[in-house]
Amino acid sequence: MTSEASPTLEVQDVVKHFPLPGASRLGRTLRRIDAVSGVSFAIHAAETFGLVGESGSGKTTLARMVLALETPTAGEVRVHGLVLGSLSRRPLREARRLVQPVFQDAFTSLDPRMRVGPIIAEPLAAQHVDTRKQRRAHVIDLLNEVGLAPDVAHRHPHELSGGQRQRVALARALALRPQLIVADEPVSALDVSIRAQILNLMNELRRSHRLTYLFISHDLSVVRYIADRIGVMYLGKLVELGPSASVYSRPAHPYTAGLVRAVPTTDASSTQRRATRSAPVSEMASPTDPPSGCRYRTRCPIAAERCTTTEPTLRSVRSGHLVACHFPLDAPR
Amino acid sequence: MATDVLEIRDLVAAVRQRRAVVPLVDGVSLRIGRATSVGLVGESGSGKSMTALSILKLLPPSVEIVSGQILINGRDLVPLGDAGMRKIRAREVAMIFQDPMSSLTPTMTIGRQVAEAVRVHSGGSRAETERRVVELLSMVGFPRPAERLKTYPHQLSGGQRQRVMIAMALAGGAELLIADEPTTALDVTIQAQILDLLDDLEQRLGMALLLITHDMGVIASRCDRVVVMYAGQVVENAGTANLFAACRHPYTAALLALIPSLDADAGQVLPTIPGVPPEPSAFPPGCRFAPRCRYSTEVCRVEQPSLDDPLGTGHFFACHHPLGIDQQAPP
Repeated sequence: MTSEASPTLEVQDVVKHFPLPGASRLGRTLRRIDAVSGVSFAIHAAETFGLVGESGSGKTTLARMVLALETPTAGEVRVHGLVLGSLSRRPLREARRLVQPVFQDAFTSLDPRMRVGPIIAEPLAAQHVDTRKQRRAHVIDLLNEVGLAPDVAHRHPHELSGGQRQRVALARALALRPQLIVADEPVSALDVSIRAQILNLMNELRRSHRLTYLFISHDLSVVRYIADRIGVMYLGKLVELGPSASVYSRPAHPYTAGLVRAVPTTDASSTQRRATRSAPVSEMASPTDPPSGCRYRTRCPIAAERCTTTEPTLRSVRSGHLVACHFPLDAPR
Repeated sequence: MATDVLEIRDLVAAVRQRRAVVPLVDGVSLRIGRATSVGLVGESGSGKSMTALSILKLLPPSVEIVSGQILINGRDLVPLGDAGMRKIRAREVAMIFQDPMSSLTPTMTIGRQVAEAVRVHSGGSRAETERRVVELLSMVGFPRPAERLKTYPHQLSGGQRQRVMIAMALAGGAELLIADEPTTALDVTIQAQILDLLDDLEQRLGMALLLITHDMGVIASRCDRVVVMYAGQVVENAGTANLFAACRHPYTAALLALIPSLDADAGQVLPTIPGVPPEPSAFPPGCRFAPRCRYSTEVCRVEQPSLDDPLGTGHFFACHHPLGIDQQAPP
C-alpha cells in the first residue's frame, strides 16, 4: 500500500467550496465561499513545510482536509500515496494514525475535565494500541520527551500554563508515532518567551522522531525558524512556493514581499521612528466574490491591465522557487 | 515645563488576602507627554495590564490601589469616586483591548455604537451625531464610512473591529489612549496597519499613547520610550533608540534576543529565557529576576536594586550588574 517513493503528503489540485446558508435554490448553490481554489504541493519525509497567509487565505481549510476532517470539493489529498477521500472506515482510521494535529489553542483542544495522562493516552486507546498498563508507561515517556515532569499526568489542563498545555498537545500528537504533524498556528497564542521554547522543542522532536511537519502560521518570522520550504497562500491560492531562505531573502510575489516587510524587527533602519513602511495596505478581498484575474491585484502596488484579465499560474523563477505573478519582483524581464 | 498627560508615581496595586497583601503592581512610576508614546513591555503576569487598568480604575474587584498617585494633566485620579472616574474615562483617558469582538455589542450596528460613544460626551441633534460618527470612522481609516453605519461587528474583520474600537475611544476627545495588546490577535499585515493608525493619531491629534505588549518587535519603530516591567516592577525605562542600542538590564536583553530575525537559519536553536516569572505571592527577596539571570551574584539575591539613572542620560535601570557597565562573565 505505502511505497517508499511517494511523498509523505501530496496535495493535488485541491478545491474546497462552502455553500453559504440560505443561498441555494432548487438544489443549486447560488453563493459560496471559495476557501481553497486549486492548490498543489508535496511534502517529503522529514521535511518541514511552512504554509503562510492571512486569516481567510484558506490555510486552515487546507489543514482540515489533510487531517481528513473535511472532504475536498475537487482534487486529492494523498498521505503516503493513500487517497484520503477514497478510503473506507478502517483504512481511513489507519491513515489518520499517520497524521496528527496540533492546534493553536491547547486550552480548547484539551478536554478540561480530563487529566493530562488520559488526554495523552486517549489516541492510543482509540486505536487499540497497548494494554492500559503499557499506555500508562508510554504516557510518562511522552511527557518526558516534551519536557514535562511525570506528575503533570495527574493535573488538569487549567492547572497548566499556556506553554505547558501546548507541550501536552504535542505529546498527544506524538502518542501514535505519526509520520506527519499538522500544526495550525501552534505558537500564535503564546508569549514571545514561551513561543521560542515551543519552537525549539518542535525542532528537537523533528530530529529525534524524523517527523514531517505541515506548519501553518500567519507569522513569517515564526515559520522562518522551522520551515525548509514555504508556501504562501492568498485567497485560496498558492501564490509563491520555494525554499525558505530564497522566499525570505528574495520574495518574488509582491504579497510575500509585503509580508516580509510587515515583520517587526529591530534593525537599525526600522528603529528610526516612523520610518517609511510599506506593509500591504487595505485588506483581503472576499472569498465569496474573488477578483478576476490575479486575486491579489486589488491590493497590489504594481498591478496592471493584464492582472485583471489573466490569472497568473505558478512558474519557476529560480531553482525550486515558483511564483504566480505576471510581474515577479527581482526577476529578469 | 508642560505638565505630562499621564504621570504615575509609585503605584502599588495589590490583592488583599486574609493574612497578606500580595502586590501585583509594586512601585511603578512612569510619565507620558503630549504627542508621545510609551511602550510598556513584559511577559504575561508582569503587571503591565494591571498598571493600565489602574489608570482607568477598571481593576478586578479583588485588586485595589494601595498607594501611589495617578496624575492626568496634573490631577490625581486615585481619590476619585465612580462619578468622577466616569467623566475621566473616554473624555481624558480611553482604552482599547486585545479582542475587539468582546468589547463590541454583537447585536448593535457599529453606527449606533459609535453614536452612543459620541452622545455620552456631547449633546446635539441626530444629524450632528451622525456627521460626527462618519467623521470618526473616516479618521480611523474606513473608506466610504457613511455606507458602513449599518454594519454589525460580525461582518467586519478583526482589523476593522479594532478600528471601530479606536473610533469609539476617540469620540470623547481623549488625550491619553491606552492600547492593551491591540494587535496581538491580528494578522501581521493588519497589525502593521493598526500600529500605523495609532502612530498617525498620536501625531495628528497630539494624543499620548500607552502601548502595552509582550512583543519588543512591536515597540521598536513605534514608541518614543520603552518601560520594561518584570514581576510588578519597572526594571528599565529609556528612550527607544537608547534601549535598543545599549540596554542595561539582563531581562531587557533577554526580551530583545527573542525578537525573530529574518536572517537566521531554519532549524537553529532560538534563544529563550529559562524558567518562568515568579508568582506575586512568592516574589524572591533581592532582585526579582535573579533566579533566572545568568549574571546574578550573592548581592542580587539579598538586596533589591533601585531604579536609577547613574549616567544622567534619562536611561533608568534597576540592576546590580548592568550590561556594558558592570558585567560579570557568565559562568
